[in-house]
Formats: sequence, structure tokens, C-alpha cells
Amino acid sequence: MEIEILGHKDTRSGFGEGLAELGRTNPNVLALCADLTGSLKMDAFLKENPDRFFQIGIAEANMMGIAAGMTIGGKIPFTGTFANFSTGRVYDQIRQSIAYSQKNVKICASHAGLTLGEDGATHQILEDIGMMRMLPNMTVIVPADFNQTKQATIAIADHQGPVYLRFGRPVMPIFVKPDAPFIIGKADVIKEGNDVTIIACGHLVWKSIEAIKILDAQGISVELINMHTIKPLDEAAILASVAKTKCVVSAEEHMINGGLGEAVSQVLSRNMPVPQEFVGVNDSFGESGTPMELMTKYGIDTQNIISAVLKVLARKG
Amino acid sequence: MENTKLAEIASQVRRDILRMVHAVSSGHPGGSLGCADFLTFLYFEKLRFDSNNFTMDGKNEDLFFLSNGHISPVWYSVLARSGYFPVAELATFRKLSSRLQGHPSTDKKLPGIRMASGSLGQGLSVAIGAAISKKLNQDSHLVFTLHGDGELQEGQIWEAAMYAAANKVDNLIATIDFNGRQIDGDVEQVLPLGNLYDKWKAFGWEVLEMDGHNFDEIRSVMLKAISLTGKGKPIVIIMKTEMGQGVDFMMGTHKWHGSAPNDQQLEAALAQLQETLGDY
Repeated sequence: MEIEILGHKDTRSGFGEGLAELGRTNPNVLALCADLTGSLKMDAFLKENPDRFFQIGIAEANMMGIAAGMTIGGKIPFTGTFANFSTGRVYDQIRQSIAYSQKNVKICASHAGLTLGEDGATHQILEDIGMMRMLPNMTVIVPADFNQTKQATIAIADHQGPVYLRFGRPVMPIFVKPDAPFIIGKADVIKEGNDVTIIACGHLVWKSIEAIKILDAQGISVELINMHTIKPLDEAAILASVAKTKCVVSAEEHMINGGLGEAVSQVLSRNMPVPQEFVGVNDSFGESGTPMELMTKYGIDTQNIISAVLKVLARKG
Repeated sequence: MENTKLAEIASQVRRDILRMVHAVSSGHPGGSLGCADFLTFLYFEKLRFDSNNFTMDGKNEDLFFLSNGHISPVWYSVLARSGYFPVAELATFRKLSSRLQGHPSTDKKLPGIRMASGSLGQGLSVAIGAAISKKLNQDSHLVFTLHGDGELQEGQIWEAAMYAAANKVDNLIATIDFNGRQIDGDVEQVLPLGNLYDKWKAFGWEVLEMDGHNFDEIRSVMLKAISLTGKGKPIVIIMKTEMGQGVDFMMGTHKWHGSAPNDQQLEAALAQLQETLGDY
């Protein structure tokens, strides 16, 4: 499999570039931030559109409410803070004022998952996908790299309704083509294969690509799906692939409980029950460390994907 | 509008409130009765809106947000009596598939409502957002909110208060239903608010006070509040009310915060309130 590395950048910078582009093209787009403008890479938007940027201060609940109110009058607010403060801290504000009220707010969340690194478990939210996908009316998107995060940021401005957009801090390889189409709810099949389907999101897509290089050498034919939209889930893509491979490994930087893997297994159990293995964090908080150390320690690294593939193949028999 | 006419409407609104909560043996009559005069004044004399052509965006209209969503009966009655939806629909309050949910919501598309409320403390932030949106749209209309006094125990209110003053959200008039009572008892017992006037002042707001049952005073204070808009400060009105106002046995207690009257109590209550516009 030849996947070309186009460069190395953090996904949050993809958000920053996408937001800046929206600032130039869509006068209704507003940006709100809770004292993390630099971390969220919102500086370019702020510099070019100071009258459409709102510094809320360290008051995330107020930020979600203000964003909800701004939609009344046709504005498209993008909120920016860490994933933990974008979800868990403000779940009820999102639930009542955004999701239940069907407001066109884009909740943009950086520093998601373990790869936030040294700040430790207080900031490493691993439950956010679960919380957001449980909310009716909410669209949940976890793009795989810098380019895709930029594309997703631009795409969600044209989508009517609340969106949770999750991205992260570490610099990672870029492999999605800058001109690749991004369609909400339409999975990308990155590589076709016959033996096993890997369904991954976010940083775990790259980890899966690394795993496939090793599995290829062992003669295992892997199909890789980049499931950038967790909700609505592309059930057709899952079922089409699994009809061929008859087994699945899900991979995500999130708790196994409530995440992408659970969403996939729900589709399979209703339509086409096959063995599935889950690569994700197993009911545990994280800790301080480098992003790559943490991915290894908490079982979401390349080797864990390889092990899960071998295990699910053995189960398939 | 003449005070006598406002009083007639408010009397009918109070009858609606009591009959709505009685019919389903649930809901919040106490605060609803206490805010009947204020909301009647707001919708029948002050707010600029088009109830026949409700739009979510509400451009070129004044906007009202009810942050203490549990007093939905009074809002539903006033909205219906203002022409937003048929008065007969009040009979569906809190019933299955009704647009009149226990707490206000938008997902059943009831005209007049732009935001769900019920979980307390969120409405001031929402109103700030809507007020900013109005400014960005060069829309000179105003945003009004109503909050419970107990609701001020929620921290988000003070996040919003700090933000609105710091950012000169001066097209916003918030009103506090200062009835001194909440579910568990008197606000002073549950968690005292301290000097509310000084608190809002310290947060940088213009602070006004009024008797929420005196139409002359409501009118003059609202005029004053509106005259203060556009001058760099948000405005809050601390409105003294009596929970249960208009029904003697529902006043002077927190007991009717969230309890509906039984058949005999309803009869005794309605006997104190003139039917002026026709019961639904």
C-alpha cells in the first residue's frame, strides 16, 4: 500500500486554517473562544475579523449559551476550547440550548484524547464522542489529519444544525489530499482489502496505516475505512466492507465505552453479526506523558491494532 | 393600553394558568401567577412583534426569552392570547404530543418560542448571544429576558452578567422575578442572594427596581429601562412580585411553586379571578 505523506501538521491547525478561510468567504461565521485562542489556532480569524471574534473568557457555559443565542438572527457561531471544556463541562448547556433547541452551533474541540499529553488526565477527555453522539440532533465529526480537519471545518458551516468537531494537539503525518472531497456522513475507504476491515477515526487512522504496512508484509489484506463522521454513521460503507471481509477492528482515541467501536458494533449486530475487536482506552483515565508514550501505554498504538487484527482473524477462523 | 384593560387580560391569563395546571395535576402555578402582570404588560403594550408571522430569527422584532422555563403556563397563555397560536391549544398543556411541553421547547415548533428552557441559568447567555446577533445585523430592536430569583444561584448567570457588562451588551433588558421563594422554601433560607441591587451594580449593570403588580410602575420603569439602552450598559430590573398573586390562598407561601390545585381549590381560585376574554 502506498500512502503518500504530504507533510506533518497538527489537526488543530487544520481547524485554524479552515476557520480563517470561512472568515473570508462566509460573513455569517462567528468565532468564540474561552481563553485558548492560540491553542485553538484561531489567531488568523481573529486578526482578519476582529468584529466577528468573541473572547468569552474562562466561562465555557456562558460561551455555549451565547453561541446558541447568536444563531437567532442567522449567525453561524464556531466555539473553540479544549475538548474537555467543550463537552463534559458544558453538557447540559449543549443539551438544552443547542441540541434540544436545534441551534446551528459548531462546537470545535481541540486537545481531545490522550495525545494532549503532558497536561494529564484532567484535560485528556476520552468520553466526549460518547456524550456527543448520544445527543439527538448532534452531528459528530472526527477528522483524520490536518487537511481533513480543514475540509471538515469548512464543510460544517454549510450544514444546518449542531455539530461537534473533534481534533487534537500533536503534529501527525498528513495523508488526505488537500483537494479531496469531504462529505459529512460519507466514509472514506482509504484502502481496499479482503481479509479484515479496520474502521478508524482521528489519529488512529494514521496508526492504522502504519499497522497495515506490517500486516501487508504478512500477507494479510486489510480494508481501511476512515470513519470521519461518527454520527450519522455511514452504515452502508460498514456493511459493504464487512460483507467482504467478515470481521472488523475498530480503532479510536477514546473510551471503548460509548465510542466509534460501539457505534459500529450496533450496526453489525442489527444487520450482519461478525467478530469485532476494539482498539480504544479500556475504562481508564489517562496520565501525564508524551502523546506517543501514552498511546502505547493505554493500548491505542500501531501494535495494538496489529494484535487486534490477528485476534479477530483467528476468531473469524 | 389602559391599566383596566391590562388588568382584564391578566385576570384571564391567571385563569388560564390555573386551569392548565389543574387539568394535568402538574406544573408551576405560583411563579406563573406572580409574573402574569409583567408578561401581560410586555406582550400587550411593550414588545414589538408579529405573532402571525413567527420566525425563529426574529429579525426586526423585539425578542423575549424565558429563562425560568418552569413558569411556562403564564408564557403559553400570554402567547396564545397575543395570537401566536389558538387559545384552545392551551388545553393540551403537558399532554402527550402537545406543542406546549412542561417546559418551553422549540422542537415541537410552538410559535413564539426560540429556545428551550427549564434547566436554569442558561437564558441570560442565550439573550446576550441574540443581542449580539441583533447588533451584527444592524437591528435596533431589543432583547428581553425573565429570570427567577432562585435561578440566580446558578453560576452561569454571573458568567453572563460579567460578560454583558464588559462587552457593552446594551440592547438587553433582563428582569428578575424577585418573589423571594423557591421550591425548598424562602430564598433567604435556601441560599441568600445578598444585596442583589449592589451585586448587579458591581457587575456593571444599570439596575432598576419595580413593583411587578403595579401597571403604572411597570410602565414607567420599562420606559426608563428602554431609555437606558444603547448607552453602553446592560439593564436589569429587580421586579418585586408575590408568588401566587391573585389567589389569596396561594400567596405568602412557596407551597404553590410546583403544585397544582385540586377541583375544590381550582373553584375557589377561579372565583377570585374574573373571566374577561373567555376561558379556552
